[in-house]
Amino acid sequence: MDTLITGLTIFVLALFAGFEIITKVPPTLHTPLMSGANAISGITIVGALLAAGSERDGISSWLGLAAILFATVNVVGGFLVTHRMLSMFQRKSRTDS
Amino acid sequence: MNSALINLGYLGASALFVAGLKGLAHPRSAPRGNLMGATGMLIAVALTLLDRRMVNFHAIAVTLAIGTAIGATLALKIQMTAMPQLVAVLNGLGGGASVFVASVGLLEFRDATVPALNHFTVAAVASGVIGAVTFWGSLVAFAKLQELITDNAIRFPGQQLVNLALVAAVGALGLWLWLVPEPHAAYWLVVTVSSILGLLLVLPVGGADMPVVIALLNSCSGLAAAATGFVLNNNVLIIAGSLVGASGLILTQIMCRAMNRSLIDVMTGGTQATPGNGRTEDIYRGRVKAASPEEVAPLFDAARRVVIVPGFGMAVSQAQHIVAQLAELLRGRGIEVEFAVHPVAGRMPGHMNVLLAEANVSYDQLKDLEESNASFNRTDVALVIGANDVVNPAARTDPASPIAGMPILDVDKAATVVVVKRSLSPGFAGIPNPLFVDSKTIMLFGDAREMVQAIIKVLKEA
Repeated sequence: MDTLITGLTIFVLALFAGFEIITKVPPTLHTPLMSGANAISGITIVGALLAAGSERDGISSWLGLAAILFATVNVVGGFLVTHRMLSMFQRKSRTDS
Repeated sequence: MNSALINLGYLGASALFVAGLKGLAHPRSAPRGNLMGATGMLIAVALTLLDRRMVNFHAIAVTLAIGTAIGATLALKIQMTAMPQLVAVLNGLGGGASVFVASVGLLEFRDATVPALNHFTVAAVASGVIGAVTFWGSLVAFAKLQELITDNAIRFPGQQLVNLALVAAVGALGLWLWLVPEPHAAYWLVVTVSSILGLLLVLPVGGADMPVVIALLNSCSGLAAAATGFVLNNNVLIIAGSLVGASGLILTQIMCRAMNRSLIDVMTGGTQATPGNGRTEDIYRGRVKAASPEEVAPLFDAARRVVIVPGFGMAVSQAQHIVAQLAELLRGRGIEVEFAVHPVAGRMPGHMNVLLAEANVSYDQLKDLEESNASFNRTDVALVIGANDVVNPAARTDPASPIAGMPILDVDKAATVVVVKRSLSPGFAGIPNPLFVDSKTIMLFGDAREMVQAIIKVLKEA
């Protein structure tokens, strides 16, 4: 029961922190926010690694490997495409020069 | 490796996620923020791999390599106009991963000597349900955005009842899973029913409502990860998942507010009226002023202030570069040019901003709804490119309109409105737009890119 309460405490506090932080993101960055946040939600990769790496029967490791594949595409694709978009926002407008 | 050390490392990763998202508050600090998030992820993955319980290293390394290759290829090759599709796919994959991880978590409980703690089972069901809905819902969203299936709302009689029945079935199966000693088969049954639910929930959503659905699925992918965190009793999953869940919820709320609709309304395909085409044409007949690029171009030369309003039509014809070129040309002639971006313009939150950023438009020229509306009355020309409902004054004037009360860009307050549009076909709300017959409006019928190109040509020759 203690682990549940600790988990719930963390969950609720992180939700509030999330609300506070995200409200400050300007609309112009909403797409990179989605892709970047999505990459962060790929944290499931940690669970996937634990599942695939546990000393268990075949099914577990196959399910774990499938999860690793999904989550890796999610993480790598998400962070990279966010980086690509954000670097476009960095370029100075040609008209400014 | 010491589990306390690993958990401290996870804490560091969580802190980097929070700080990284905070960095997204400004375009200048955003790349560093994203890098911090990626670093946090790298730390979390590296620590997990160092965990002494790890076996099966070879297969894991190969899978990681394949996933990295696929992810990198997608991210580097994707066209900016196809960004909504990519985000939909990535959301779905996150949800799918949670389904698998939670199922392994359940298998572990079965083997544990102590009976599975109940809340772990509940969390596993939540992971499976949210994850499966996210996965299949995202695939439908992808298919709609990629136009593999129609992006119109797909509805059948009794749809809400079927959905309710599915939700009830998921609940009952979840309860059963809790009671039976062999929960694994029950788990996959829950996942199967949730998958059907995911399909049916997104099918009735029309193309222009996509920003809401993508934001919602984004939130779900986070919540699925958080639920998986409860299954594995892993705090970094809970923290990262709930941050993303919160982020998606805020975006969903912003999108709904920008359409003056409730989430339920969007998800059920609610108020979409679809009057026959004939009626629409009757309303417009004889009252629309159409012109050629040659006739329109001098308006820009005479203007002191021009506001460009991009919509999904700009994305469809890949016109962002040529539009940016027009803005640059006008600015070079001493004309003040700004872009007015409606929150739901395009197919996902911030869609137009990314396209214009790709075309080298500086972010300080992109104005949001409120800023733009404050300035239309001193604007000489408002150039609407492939947008329809977000500039429909009926939202303001006609209380009976399906979009009544929706905050719109008040382009009709500008001295002249030029609308570039392929035809008079109605927008997503399926209603006529009085703006098109306004006395100050000039319609330019044609492909956005070709029309803007033609205007530039005339301006340069003049």
